[in-house]
Amino acid sequence: MKTFSIGGVHPRENKITAGQPIVTAPLPQQAVILLSQHIGAPAQCVVEKGDSVKVGTLLAKANGFVSANIHSPVSGTITKIETVADGSGYQKPAIYINVEGDEWEESIDRSESLITQCDLSAQAIIDKIDQMGIVGIGGATFPTKVKLMPPPGMKPEVLIINAVECEPYLTNDHALMLAKADEIIVGIEILMKAINVDHTYIGIEDNKPDAIELFKQKTQKRKDIEVVRLQCRYPQGGEKQLIDAVIGRQVASGALPVSTGAIVQNVATAFAVYEAVQKNKPLIERVVTVTGKSLTKPGNYLARMGMPISQLIEVAGGMPEDTGKIVLGGPMMGRATANIDTPTGKGTSGILVIPESKAHRSEPSPCIRCAKCVAACPMGLEPYLLSKAVAIGNLEIAEERNIYDCIECGCCSYSCPAHRPLLDYIRHGKGKVMAIMRARTSEKSNS
Amino acid sequence: MNIIIVSIISLAIIGAIAALILHIIAQRFKVDEDPRIDEVEKLLPGANCGGCGKAGCRNFAESCVKADSLEGMLCPVGGNNVMKQIATILGKEAHEAEARVAVVRCNGTCQYRPQINTYEGAHNCTITHNLYAGDTGCAYGCLGCGDCVSVCSLGAISIDPDTHLPVVDIDICGACGACARACPRNIIEVRKKGTKGRGVYVACMNKEKGGVARKACQVACIGCGKCAKECKFDAITIANNLSYIDSDKCKMCRKCVDVCPTGAILAVNFPPKKAVEQVVSNNSVEPTTQSDN
Repeated sequence: MKTFSIGGVHPRENKITAGQPIVTAPLPQQAVILLSQHIGAPAQCVVEKGDSVKVGTLLAKANGFVSANIHSPVSGTITKIETVADGSGYQKPAIYINVEGDEWEESIDRSESLITQCDLSAQAIIDKIDQMGIVGIGGATFPTKVKLMPPPGMKPEVLIINAVECEPYLTNDHALMLAKADEIIVGIEILMKAINVDHTYIGIEDNKPDAIELFKQKTQKRKDIEVVRLQCRYPQGGEKQLIDAVIGRQVASGALPVSTGAIVQNVATAFAVYEAVQKNKPLIERVVTVTGKSLTKPGNYLARMGMPISQLIEVAGGMPEDTGKIVLGGPMMGRATANIDTPTGKGTSGILVIPESKAHRSEPSPCIRCAKCVAACPMGLEPYLLSKAVAIGNLEIAEERNIYDCIECGCCSYSCPAHRPLLDYIRHGKGKVMAIMRARTSEKSNS
Repeated sequence: MNIIIVSIISLAIIGAIAALILHIIAQRFKVDEDPRIDEVEKLLPGANCGGCGKAGCRNFAESCVKADSLEGMLCPVGGNNVMKQIATILGKEAHEAEARVAVVRCNGTCQYRPQINTYEGAHNCTITHNLYAGDTGCAYGCLGCGDCVSVCSLGAISIDPDTHLPVVDIDICGACGACARACPRNIIEVRKKGTKGRGVYVACMNKEKGGVARKACQVACIGCGKCAKECKFDAITIANNLSYIDSDKCKMCRKCVDVCPTGAILAVNFPPKKAVEQVVSNNSVEPTTQSDN
């Protein structure tokens, strides 16, 4: 079975919500829409206090190339445009909407019927994706249209659909694949047309045999879409790891993934693309896995953006008394939230409730030079050395040893028997080194 | 016997020739250095803290010798005393500079700013700051991991184990500003040092609106502007919901301290004064004189 070539770990999967159908979560009474739900510049607000909006009304416009439109996920009246504390506890600009009824924009096709025919040109498809505010909803929330328009000179040869879902606990993509296979395949066809490639691989880990079977059966008569069964290994869902696992090509240090000829899109993004292009529906709702062993009703919930996470936890059976930590996303790359009323966004793939007894990190002890982190690093870095270099402020060593290649997957911290916070330091150093490198290039281009 | 004499003589000749060559080279490539640079450097504290704005003490000494006038040149650690001695050596006019000291502009102790979550990552303020707002509700306040402590070359700053806030020893602090540069939240400011270390300052950096700031911390500045109205010397400005007292204009009358409704303005190192001690704010927070700075 295929997998990526170096590093990686295999944490306990804990997919307790696997196989559960998607349940539609009730509408919140008040929706709070963050203006920054994607990587890049925050969107620019185009509505005012007191405006009444429908589901799908444009709330904020993309501000620059790497940015995305944001549409209203609910209908109602805008009560204020202020700030809200997001998961990090910092105040971010947001639009507050008082929910009244559930009235949709007329242009959106809400029927269940499958539309396979798409007559739009490649550019028209990309424009549509841009207009509907589609971002990569696997987790990184990178605007999809940017990925579909590779820099000149780079020609994509193949599309890879990321249906790996290597994060423990999360099952939202799995549930979506089982429920919307036909729609996803149409979405894939649209994406192939947009980037003008004639072959697609769907990478699925073998802990989802039902999804592999279903997609194999749906695509058995066609040659352009191929399902690739992958061995379970974290972080296989990382773009570079997935390209390595599926087509065996490595992304060079500092290069764009598209330089290998492959464009990777998440399976949920393919579904969002289908809805945007065929049904005119902006990205206003997504499947969120609300999970945790202490929850009474963990499941995969179809929730509108802007719903406070505390309400989603209520839907999943209420906050358990012994809760010690709530993580947005999966346990490996997700971040603990400092605020349980933070609204969900385009990137909220899961809400993981961890009981107090399991919530704490162990006390770090000195490095014993066992090099488990080196073996675990999927990018071939030396995490123990990088973290030490950053801790003592020696950024030259960190840069020499390619700290900027770190994908922040957390395999190093996970595998460290001394419980050292390796990734904390590396992430910090990576930010600093990349700032220095950017300053250097802008200095060079100025002189 | 013969071989010993021959060896000694030949070695002596080689040594003499080598000495001659070295002497000629030394004369030819001699660098004329002003001997005063060494003298000046000896006077400097040698902390290489960078507080003067130069790369180190030697670099500062060179600049002092080169400069036409000593105006604007100050070793903040050595202070006026050292600058006077330098002026005497160089035969230049000494310029008095006001003494300055680092001030921690956050008073969010555990009592005023309760902890609402636990941080377990790397013990480093910058990392914490980049990750999230901190373990209290205040996204502007001190994180207490001690980045300032680790950069202080004089050991003048330490974290109080009770309040988890940094404390500056005003007798040791050389006002080099290293701590102010290290703080990711810009809480530390180098301000004018009053007689006997007295100072009046706003101990808050929270730029949120009054309600949000107050919810996070009892002694937050809410930007109400009462202090600015009270000040007769135009020393106080309000910007971004935050009051700021210019230490160069402040005459330390402490009227602002009396009117501050939240107790965000601190007057430090003043002798106990009844009028000040009796001020009780709406929430019975006691903004009295503090001697911890």
